[in-house]
Amino acid sequence: MTTVQERPPASESKPRTITRRRGRITVGGALVYFASFFLALLWLVPFLWALSTSFKTETEASLGQPIHWIPEDWSIEGYRVLFERGDHLTWMINSTVVSTIVTVLTLALCVLAAYGFSRLDFPGKKVIYGVILAGIMVPPQALIIPLFDVVSALRMVDTYWGLALPQVVAPVMIFILKRFFDAIPRDYEEAARLDGANHLRVLWSVILPLSGPILAAVGIFTFIGSWNNFLWPLLVGNDPSIMTLPVGLGVVAGGYGLLYAQNMAAAILGALPLLIVFMLFQKQIVKGVAGVGLSR
Amino acid sequence: MTTDTETPAAAPPAAPPPAQTASRAPKRRSWLGLWFVLPFTAVYAVFMVWPMLLGLYYSFTDKSLTGRPVEWIGLANWSEAFGDAAAWDSLWNTAWFTILSTPPLVILGLAFALLAHRARKMGWFLRLSFFAPFVIPVSVVTMIWIWMYQPDGGLINHYLGEWGLGGDRLWIFQEDSMGPIVATTVWWTMGFNFLLYLAALQTIPGEVYEAADIDGANGFQKLWGITLPLLGRTTALVITLQLIASLRIFDQYYLMAGGGMNLSPEHVAIQYIYNAGFTGLRVGYASALSYILFVFILVVALVQFRLLSRKED
Repeated sequence: MTTVQERPPASESKPRTITRRRGRITVGGALVYFASFFLALLWLVPFLWALSTSFKTETEASLGQPIHWIPEDWSIEGYRVLFERGDHLTWMINSTVVSTIVTVLTLALCVLAAYGFSRLDFPGKKVIYGVILAGIMVPPQALIIPLFDVVSALRMVDTYWGLALPQVVAPVMIFILKRFFDAIPRDYEEAARLDGANHLRVLWSVILPLSGPILAAVGIFTFIGSWNNFLWPLLVGNDPSIMTLPVGLGVVAGGYGLLYAQNMAAAILGALPLLIVFMLFQKQIVKGVAGVGLSR
Repeated sequence: MTTDTETPAAAPPAAPPPAQTASRAPKRRSWLGLWFVLPFTAVYAVFMVWPMLLGLYYSFTDKSLTGRPVEWIGLANWSEAFGDAAAWDSLWNTAWFTILSTPPLVILGLAFALLAHRARKMGWFLRLSFFAPFVIPVSVVTMIWIWMYQPDGGLINHYLGEWGLGGDRLWIFQEDSMGPIVATTVWWTMGFNFLLYLAALQTIPGEVYEAADIDGANGFQKLWGITLPLLGRTTALVITLQLIASLRIFDQYYLMAGGGMNLSPEHVAIQYIYNAGFTGLRVGYASALSYILFVFILVVALVQFRLLSRKED
């Protein structure tokens, strides 16, 4: 297949030093930079336009023509109304709670299970692992109808647990983590085991410290996925007090009508939390995707 | 082989006589492993395996959301589903969306990753710009794009008109076509493919290119002869993930069709299932439809995977 050798993910290779670096600037190089910059700017247009609209007065925003990128009449009215109404804050808290539950539980359960599948032998192991792997192929959306039935039988409709627990089921994370654990050389744990450490201890103090980037990647992608999940929270969180941000914005804010400045203020506030998370963890996200080894 | 390396480690902390350990270790170990996987397996069984079995059972009944007693009706739901023109229509729409959205999502993801890989000094800015839309909630995305698509005062029609491109007559931006949904989706989710490609590019060692440099290959030859072939497996993965994701379209269609886009009452598959179950209250029928969609996605994914992996060899 490829000439590149597959490295065990554990051996964290330093970002390769640029071997092709040359001192001079070529025409092709300049062209690449110019094209990249232009495309990146183009990709930001929707954000910038939303940001610009959100600081206009409703009159200026709805007028449309001529297009003003810089508001003629700066206004924070859109934001003020949102904060006064307050439901935006409720949704944001709900999203934070649900996504945190999902992320923490996913990490905890998947790490435990992946360690079990990677390092321990027990009856039924192959069958259980096979059934879990098969789950990767199941689109969650195709399950919503019976899943809703199960969750309402458990009396979890309109609760945080009803929103969160079905999202914890992420077979692909088991697969990714097991593959990663499998590649960690066992010599590391032998020493710890000889010192009398049990499996939980080995997992905690030998395996986990070696798995930083991959745990970050799994955690961040779980969080993003859960934060942005729409269909399931739409079904299970009918009560406005339990709605998550995407559902609240889609269902309630969609009914604000033609208040463009206010709508765009809501959009900006809705985009902000994860944008900040992304900027903070950008390195880990890119590194994590590489470490997951999915792409090789 | 696992067992070999682990045998000494299985000794309990108290370190009883070695002979005893050897005989007791396998048994203890087996129970232990089950405990490790039990929490996940339990949640998985309740929220994945059970609903799947339940859905299969419901598809043979007249189960309703109203809660009246359930009756076994055999294959009635299935034969109705296979003869339901609107259901096939929704499936076709889903396939159409997938056909339209997959090529730009994969090609742009690759192209932008190649650019960002070359333009390292702008790396931070490019990653931010190309990937950021992916972390934004779908309702925010559709709010912004519906606003940009506005026939009057919307950004897109304004510039299309200004540049002489015929305003809203350009097909991709026509309000009642799949075009706007595709454009919005490409902007929103391209970043994920971009990131997968970017990560793959970073694992290609620089030495690979050195031989080509010595041979005097130009940039295009290196791209075509070295980089793209090395990205083969990544491309297979990206296409598979993209097909599965596109076939699941619901969120943006639901929000945009209900949010001022002038979309015809055609539905996409998930929306049709959703309506059958939650508006029509027919859980049994919706379950049968779900299974048809599920099998459809499975077949597409498997066929595509087979095709691409054969090409690899």
